[in-house]
Amino acid sequence: MSKFLVPLHHESFEQIAPRDGFGQGLLELGKSNPNVVALCGDLVESIRVQAFAEAYPERYFEMGVAEQNMAGVAAGLALSGKIPFTSSYAVFSPGRNWDQTRVSICYSKANVKIVGAHAGISVGPDGATHQALEDVAITRVLPNMLVVVPTDSVEAKKATIAISKHIGPCYIRFGREKTPVITKEETPFELGKALPIRAGDDVTIIANGQMVYRSMMAAKELEGKVSVGVLNMHTVKPIDAKAIIDVAKETNAIVTAEEHQIIGGLGSAVTEVLADHYPVPIERIGVLDTFGESGKPDELMEHYHLGVSDIVHAVERVVRRKNAS
Amino acid sequence: MTTKRLELQANLIRQDIIKMLLEAGSGHSAGPLGMADIFTALYFEILNIDPKKPDWSDRDRLVLSCGHICPVLYASLAHRGYFPVEELMTLRKFGTRLHGHPHNLALPGIENSSGPLGQGLSQAIGMALTAKLDNKKWRTYAVLSDGEHDEGQTWEAIMFAGKNELHNLTTVIDRNNIQIDGFTEDVMPLEPLADKYRSFNWHVLEIDGHNFEDIIAAFRHAKAVFEKPTVIIAHTIPGKGVDFMENDYHWHGKPPKSDEAKLALKELRTLRGKITSEHE
Repeated sequence: MSKFLVPLHHESFEQIAPRDGFGQGLLELGKSNPNVVALCGDLVESIRVQAFAEAYPERYFEMGVAEQNMAGVAAGLALSGKIPFTSSYAVFSPGRNWDQTRVSICYSKANVKIVGAHAGISVGPDGATHQALEDVAITRVLPNMLVVVPTDSVEAKKATIAISKHIGPCYIRFGREKTPVITKEETPFELGKALPIRAGDDVTIIANGQMVYRSMMAAKELEGKVSVGVLNMHTVKPIDAKAIIDVAKETNAIVTAEEHQIIGGLGSAVTEVLADHYPVPIERIGVLDTFGESGKPDELMEHYHLGVSDIVHAVERVVRRKNAS
Repeated sequence: MTTKRLELQANLIRQDIIKMLLEAGSGHSAGPLGMADIFTALYFEILNIDPKKPDWSDRDRLVLSCGHICPVLYASLAHRGYFPVEELMTLRKFGTRLHGHPHNLALPGIENSSGPLGQGLSQAIGMALTAKLDNKKWRTYAVLSDGEHDEGQTWEAIMFAGKNELHNLTTVIDRNNIQIDGFTEDVMPLEPLADKYRSFNWHVLEIDGHNFEDIIAAFRHAKAVFEKPTVIIAHTIPGKGVDFMENDYHWHGKPPKSDEAKLALKELRTLRGKITSEHE
């Protein structure tokens, strides 16, 4: 693979679930910041809050299967000086407790960190009820909220630590599955600042979560035919408008890729920026306004058009549109 | 403060509630009037607060869960010295700090944002947890309506507080038996409310919400309970103090018109005709 802009693993990609990175980050925060507390809705092992809970039992609260109360209790903790991390599956938090997230957390500017795990279609066999595909849309729309979708476990750890230092409500989401670790410890990470993965002359793919890796694969597949850049837009809100406009000016064609509904997520955010500032042809990869179903993660990623070949086709489409215009 | 002084203070707060609602042209009448005595007791006798230092870290916290009764909160804060009493007349108007439902960032002394029912007890629990974690003596008070016990979140919170034996948390329920669509026991029966709380590991007190000696004794009693959170079920009369509003659920969600406000103020000023008003 050519023209990497940042230190990346690219010989053999280790497979680690992003939630492991989150768990390590939370444990580190337990040590470094006594104000950090953790709340979990009956999923302590699954979301990797276990290590924190064992190391700092007095700062860990088992909330039971009660996500609305969890959001409110976190707001109260935050309003009195703590930095609470709430954790559940994304379909339940911020899914089930959106009103609490809106009023108790965002309207009040409560310094709560909402961790939505098992997001995306790749949660697999649990089926549509457990596949959060709307969570970025419903958090992105809330004033005061910061939304971050790390690409791998290393970035998830960095993001966890970074959001603890950001004063205000934050939402961080990641999937269940082990995914390729593409970033390194020394890869830069800054909230709100997109990470250029590789430069390209013809098209730029703007992606987040595990779609960054898939976009890199698509770029590789197109080598020799189309020169494709990849931008890791880990922070969906506030979106890095400057980075989007810069790559739009450089390549005059954009593809977005996210494991989320095509309505309301990263693709929408990028489209809004381009429509406002620098309209260029854009193709969006996402779940096409439909619910998922049971299946293996890879089967579902292919069936719902989130595969590498789908990204390749989107790149080809956008190049045709660019050349026709 | 003596009981007599508290009663007079509550009367002034009630008069301001009527004036604010008339001026605003919208808002809730019955709840604020019904809770004027409890709020007076809290702000003038119970809460360890300093209006000059609204962000003092060791202050007691009051979380209002049923945000729609905020006229009584605003009037209590103003009379206690958090902001000028004249500002009360800006309620619900463009540019005001006194929004239709309270916002923690808008006005000093407001601890939380509320409006959508059922969210306050959870917030109060979070604050009580902080005091417990930090080994602080400040207490958290939550004011809930009876109607918001229809919300599932309220019961999630009750369960959690009972499990965690949050004795630094005192909840007051405005048990006025009305909600928008009618009487609570018709809309969605809550009884036996005291037994429900007891079964969730809460200490339960029931009081006359208009008797200052009862109110103050209950709050002091709650401080002495070390094993459980305490709920004070305060039996109140919606619209209390204004004869034609009392116990009529139609007054839950509307303000008085000008002639009604005049009548209400006369009644409050003359203590229901017991004294002759110099304004006559």
